[in-house]
Amino acid sequence: MAKRIDVSDLNVYYGAFRAVEGVTLTIEPRSITAFIGPSGCGKSTVLRTINRMHEVIPGATVEGKVLLDGEDIYGSEIDPVNVRRTIGMVFQKPNPFPTMSIYDNVVAGLRLQRRYKRSELDAVVEKSLRGANLWEEVKDRLERPGAGLSGGQQQRLCIARAISVEPQVLLMDEPCSALDPISTLAIEDLMQELKERYTIVIVTHNMQQAARVSDSTGFFNIAGTGLPGKLIEMDATQKIFSNPTEKKTEDYITGRFG
Amino acid sequence: MTQGTIDVDPLHLATRGRLPRYATLLIAVGCALVLWVVFALTPAQGRADFLVALVLLFVVAQFLVSYFVEGGRKARDRLAASAAVAGLFAALLPLAAILGFTIVKGLKRLDIEFLTHSMRNVADSDPGGGAYHAIIGTLEQVAIATLFSVPLGLMVSIYLVEYGRDRRFARLVSTFVDVMTGLPSIIAGLFILSLWVLVLNQGFSGFAGALALSVIMLPVVVRTTEEMLRLVPAALREASFALGVRKWRTVVSIVIPTALPGITTGVMLAVARVIGETAPVLLTVFGAASINFNPFSGPQESLPLFVFDQASLPNNTAVDRAWAGALTLIILVLVLTTAARLLTSRSALRGR
Amino acid sequence: MASDVKTKEGPVSPGTVSGTSGSDHGRLLDRIFRRFTVASALLVLVILVAIALFLLQQALPALRQNTANFFTETRWAPDDTPSVFGIAALLYGTLVTAVLAMTMAMPVAVGVALCLTQYTPRRLARPLGYVVDLLAAVPSVVYGLWGLIYLVPKMVPLSAWISTYFGWIPIFTSDGIFGKSIFTASVVLAIMVLPVIAAVSREVFLQVPRENQEAALALGSTRWEMIRLSVLPFGRSGLISAAVLGFGRALGETIAVALVLSANYTISAHLLTPGGNTIAANIANTFGEAGTIGRGALIASGLVLFVITLIVNFSARAIVARRRDFTAATT
Repeated sequence: MAKRIDVSDLNVYYGAFRAVEGVTLTIEPRSITAFIGPSGCGKSTVLRTINRMHEVIPGATVEGKVLLDGEDIYGSEIDPVNVRRTIGMVFQKPNPFPTMSIYDNVVAGLRLQRRYKRSELDAVVEKSLRGANLWEEVKDRLERPGAGLSGGQQQRLCIARAISVEPQVLLMDEPCSALDPISTLAIEDLMQELKERYTIVIVTHNMQQAARVSDSTGFFNIAGTGLPGKLIEMDATQKIFSNPTEKKTEDYITGRFG
Repeated sequence: MTQGTIDVDPLHLATRGRLPRYATLLIAVGCALVLWVVFALTPAQGRADFLVALVLLFVVAQFLVSYFVEGGRKARDRLAASAAVAGLFAALLPLAAILGFTIVKGLKRLDIEFLTHSMRNVADSDPGGGAYHAIIGTLEQVAIATLFSVPLGLMVSIYLVEYGRDRRFARLVSTFVDVMTGLPSIIAGLFILSLWVLVLNQGFSGFAGALALSVIMLPVVVRTTEEMLRLVPAALREASFALGVRKWRTVVSIVIPTALPGITTGVMLAVARVIGETAPVLLTVFGAASINFNPFSGPQESLPLFVFDQASLPNNTAVDRAWAGALTLIILVLVLTTAARLLTSRSALRGR
Repeated sequence: MASDVKTKEGPVSPGTVSGTSGSDHGRLLDRIFRRFTVASALLVLVILVAIALFLLQQALPALRQNTANFFTETRWAPDDTPSVFGIAALLYGTLVTAVLAMTMAMPVAVGVALCLTQYTPRRLARPLGYVVDLLAAVPSVVYGLWGLIYLVPKMVPLSAWISTYFGWIPIFTSDGIFGKSIFTASVVLAIMVLPVIAAVSREVFLQVPRENQEAALALGSTRWEMIRLSVLPFGRSGLISAAVLGFGRALGETIAVALVLSANYTISAHLLTPGGNTIAANIANTFGEAGTIGRGALIASGLVLFVITLIVNFSARAIVARRRDFTAATT
């Protein structure tokens, strides 16, 4: 189920401005990969190219290949709508649909595909909410609005919504930066469970979080203002945090900048 | 995995079929050809009709083609996009028609005679006559209305923004202003008719019309100036207070000048709005055929009223005059509105 | 309010600050200014109340002379003896034209708003928006003139066509004469209220938070599905106020309808036949020849229009206020 991602010579543009240059990396299935690096170095941009959300911004373009189990998602025959269904995303600011109930939020993605029987949906809702560790807390108030939950709960709701369509890959763009420490821990635990079924890529500002949670880490950096961001080093998390190859990586890890 | 609910390998769904880029153009051309044949064979005709039919046919045709090639979801997506664009087209077409018609028909009689003569001693079927008396009337009425409504409206909005925060009275006033914006202009006319013309027995006059117009202008002025005053940063006021300047002085010397471009725009838009008002003027100014320079006594004419009167007559010469009057009116309104918009885009405080 | 003028230690030279002429003088001016603004605000309330009172005062004598039931009578002959007049036909026409106009205008206006916020490129959207707003600037008398000269003749073949193919639906049956009908008036009204609704809807759609739109897209929705999931639900209460704004305008529109309708005082369900009348158009058309009682009768009908507008306005506020509890604010 979970798929492997191969990025090859990725260049990402906002209009004429090249924001990210020549990124090549591999993401193993059923693992958690973290992108770290200082602000503005392109980690979120690269993440958003994986599910073709980058091109939603007017004028934004992508060059290069992103292969999902060997298939280039930027191929001319491929519909971005299908790519985004296969590759789910959780955003920095929890964004459940405010006018919908918890139940409707979870199955929002499913309902786009086709009509389902109520019993099928009930099963999916329970499964996804359990998978997001939210079931026990909300099982008695599924009809209540999704926006009435706490921040951490909302984020878990967004995770449930993302996994209800059974994606191959789950992308998380700084999922805990808007949350308190306790919710953050809950989500980190959740990630460990989820990685058994999905390939997860997470962008984080929090180095300690990357060290705690991920199997491999990619360090991005930007040479100077106005210059494109690059992937400096990517390796097993253990290695990046104890014995990185590049000097810049070591400087960042040890807090000399960023 | 839940059995059967999720498709395996959805990326390959993409190859279900996608319409190539040129498909849209192809469908459009196809529809045009079909319609051309239809229009040639049937009594249907007219450029506007052709355009309308083309757009409708295209929307339907594209949906059907997409449905069979790309599937329901994509077809509905395309339908929504083409329907939205068709809607825009539906909004622009009448505008083009109205402006086009007014310009073409109005130019026929928009001459010096029209602008410098009144309808005195001119019979409905005479080809001469003009709107001079109406133009004078409108200018005077609107000028007086502005003199009344702008200071008053400014005072109300100053109250709402500077003094009335979080007060119940202010919220009440705000609600009433909202209600006034929705007031049909004919009610304003009836009001002044009752109050000034009948009860106070002042009779019809340009001044009465000005009063009715100010009732309409007032809420517009209040709303726009309020918005502008709110845009002035609180920090500016606080800096002034910190220097020991009195509140009234702060408002007069600092807040208002800062918001002035926006206020001017608001006033211009309000003027553009009332210049074209016919109904309230009909009831209070009553209309006249000759020039009356005195707005305080005797009926006057106004430009929109002139257009209405001439348009209601069965003579072609009258209708021609009506179009010329309409063109004059539109020119005035458009110049004011465009100037106001240009001003906003240059002012220091951007509202919208 | 500013307290005693005491310059803080600092390089403020005397004469630059207003309070140097004495704090009492300044304080008095402050108070006078404030009172002035309050008085102006009060005047707004007074005006609205006065409108109701004066209209009532002028309407009553005519109403007393009326020998028929004001609300159920369709005939309008207040200056006859005996005086007979009623607003039944007027009310019917007012409501029907407004409702028809809204039915036609609302989908198009929402379409325009969606197009300008979602589908047109940013550079085009702003100037196109201005152009649509120009429709709102056109005076109603010009709409009436255009409607009379251009639209009415055009409506004749169109109405004939509708009547031929859809005549089995009662509202579309007719006896063969078309033109200055309720249908035509509604079309003109629809074009007039369209820019108002479109402008408000545009504002509403621009406010939809990007996160919600992105959430929908990231789930694998097409653009239309994204609009359905995030833009339209978010904008529901705004759309309601836009609709009410348009409806209020349609109810009160006078001149365009007066020019386009061939007025009579009947209630007819056949929308394509010439005839019909609205309260406002009736006032415009008959004011010139009205006698004393006639005038009072017209004012009475205006009072009814006033009340209806108030009701529409206040119920819209109530709806929007109640919905606000449901659109829960996100984090």
